[in-house]
Amino acid sequence: MDDMTLIAIASIATAGLTIALGSIGPALGEGRAVATALSSLAQQPDSSSTITRTLFVGLAMIESIAIYCFVVSMILIFANPFWNHVIAQAAGK
Amino acid sequence: MHLSSDETIFWRHGFCKLNGTIVFTWGLMLALTLGSKLVTRRLSTDLKRSRWQNLIEIVVTGIETQIADVGLDHPEKYIGFLGTLFLFVALASLCTVIPGYDPPTGSLSTTAALALCVFVAVPLYGVEEQGFGGYLRSYAQPTVIMLPFNIISELSRTLALAVRLFGNMMSGAMILAILLTITPFIFPIAMSALGLLTGMVQAYIFSILAAVYIAAATRGSGTKRAPAQSTAG
Repeated sequence: MDDMTLIAIASIATAGLTIALGSIGPALGEGRAVATALSSLAQQPDSSSTITRTLFVGLAMIESIAIYCFVVSMILIFANPFWNHVIAQAAGK
Repeated sequence: MHLSSDETIFWRHGFCKLNGTIVFTWGLMLALTLGSKLVTRRLSTDLKRSRWQNLIEIVVTGIETQIADVGLDHPEKYIGFLGTLFLFVALASLCTVIPGYDPPTGSLSTTAALALCVFVAVPLYGVEEQGFGGYLRSYAQPTVIMLPFNIISELSRTLALAVRLFGNMMSGAMILAILLTITPFIFPIAMSALGLLTGMVQAYIFSILAAVYIAAATRGSGTKRAPAQSTAG
């Protein structure tokens, strides 16, 4: 196994692991947030606009963690700096 | 793989090149400015008004109410900045229904520029409202120990703003491209409808977060009305 194969294996496996593990936490968190917001909406329908706005902002905060993981895995697959480095070295030889 | 609109080159002359991001941003700027110019050319104050004036009034008053809800006292002072952010991001994602169009917000350079605008605008508004010393003192709230954390949160939330918008827009385009190769006919339509919804939500989030940051910066340390919101994304 040369360097390129090793880097390819590590990048692909890590990309999958990143998005898989990284989406567990935000999924649980968003579920909890929406469930709590729904029950408070049912209890206080009058303050629905405030609850909805806070819910959206909070959801975006939580979701951005999953988005970070997605961006990292996309970088690993499509714009991998180590892979580009090895390619450049192989081209230079 | 087509990652962002940075890679579509329209025109190149030596070092300078016009990529898709720049061209589509210019197009959006042109559409927004020309559109509002044309609509506001003939404004009427009586009951009979054009439908376009109604549209603009709904948009402007809607944004003003949202800004006021966040806790900023004079929304008309901030609507120039926050409203432009919202309208640009919203139109950028709304225009994805046009074939051949890539949202410029799907490029990290655009979102980083927007986030830097927020990064610069927050201290400006804060200094204007509280004075230079008052604004600087707000970094040492509630105690001096929090000073490094406040500075780090200032930087990290700028990064978070940029990467959040970029990730959402890029992931929409990316998922569409992947789905087109797997199930080419019906399913991508549903996903692009979802992408439109995500785009509007992200535009809302971006401008609301900017408003929350500005509200946190302009709110004096002595006149705290709402409980302080954690603003590190």
